[in-house]
Amino acid sequence: MSNIVMDKDIAHSHEQGHEDAGSMRIFGFWIYLMTDCILFATLFAGYAVLRDSVAGGPSTVDIFELPYVLAETALLLVSSITYGYAMLATNRNHTSHVLRWLAVTFVLGCGFIAMEINEFHHLIDEGYGPDRSGFLTAFFTLVGTHGAHVLSGLVWMAVLMAQVRSRGLTNTNTTRLSCLSLFWHFLDVVWICVFTVVYLLGVV
Amino acid sequence: MYNQSPIHSSAGTSHGTSRSYMVGFIISVVLTVIPFALVVYPSLPRSTTAWVVVALGMVQIFAHLKYFLHLDTAKEQRWNLIALIFSVVIILLLVGLSLWIMGSIHHNMLAH
Repeated sequence: MSNIVMDKDIAHSHEQGHEDAGSMRIFGFWIYLMTDCILFATLFAGYAVLRDSVAGGPSTVDIFELPYVLAETALLLVSSITYGYAMLATNRNHTSHVLRWLAVTFVLGCGFIAMEINEFHHLIDEGYGPDRSGFLTAFFTLVGTHGAHVLSGLVWMAVLMAQVRSRGLTNTNTTRLSCLSLFWHFLDVVWICVFTVVYLLGVV
Repeated sequence: MYNQSPIHSSAGTSHGTSRSYMVGFIISVVLTVIPFALVVYPSLPRSTTAWVVVALGMVQIFAHLKYFLHLDTAKEQRWNLIALIFSVVIILLLVGLSLWIMGSIHHNMLAH
């Protein structure tokens, strides 16, 4: 995809009296995020229904360790503000700062994923895998779907870092950075729901 | 966000500043630490703690929308906001009615 395509799109959309292509793309991405919200809502509803179906297995109180979850939350929250600094550097057109903040965000995101994989591995090791009970199925599905989103966000971030490094902060890349910004902050919002509904209300 | 368009970037005003990100971050930290502390060191009745945790979570979501996603009521973002409100309505129906249906099934078929 080159800027030529983008310029054509702009010319095209101006003909029709629309917003410019970049902001229309960001709006389109926002619509995707809203549909993703509904996907997560169905998983939350499933979790809420199956929460007490433990089938003689462990319940929420038995398997959640809140300090561990707090550490995961901290990683994700700090990665949100470091991505914010990457966006501020983007607005100032500071390529090296953008790359540095993206790298910090990437490392924090990897830390989150590593902690989550470790948590899942630990649970499955003890025989509390997703096949143990309805509660664990819903738990792994909900938290795992969030983790898969974070993982795809990390892949996207790595690709964008390579593109910003080789082509600089072109209009296309800036639009992509804005979309990933929305995605990343959105995942943090979903995580607020996860730690509130799953972990805190599970232990309270 | 919406008007963070690269082409009009010089005119964009809702980018957020270093200060607004910091304010959002501090609010989020406070709103994360309080519910964790309330659950780890129980000092309120159980149901009160649960309600406070849910309420603080909702406040934190609003803080994220404002400070990190830069959503506001500006005219350029009107459609982002409408899409969000529409999704919230769908989500409330989806989650609320699912719980209601499954709760009454549980009540009528298992508990009696």
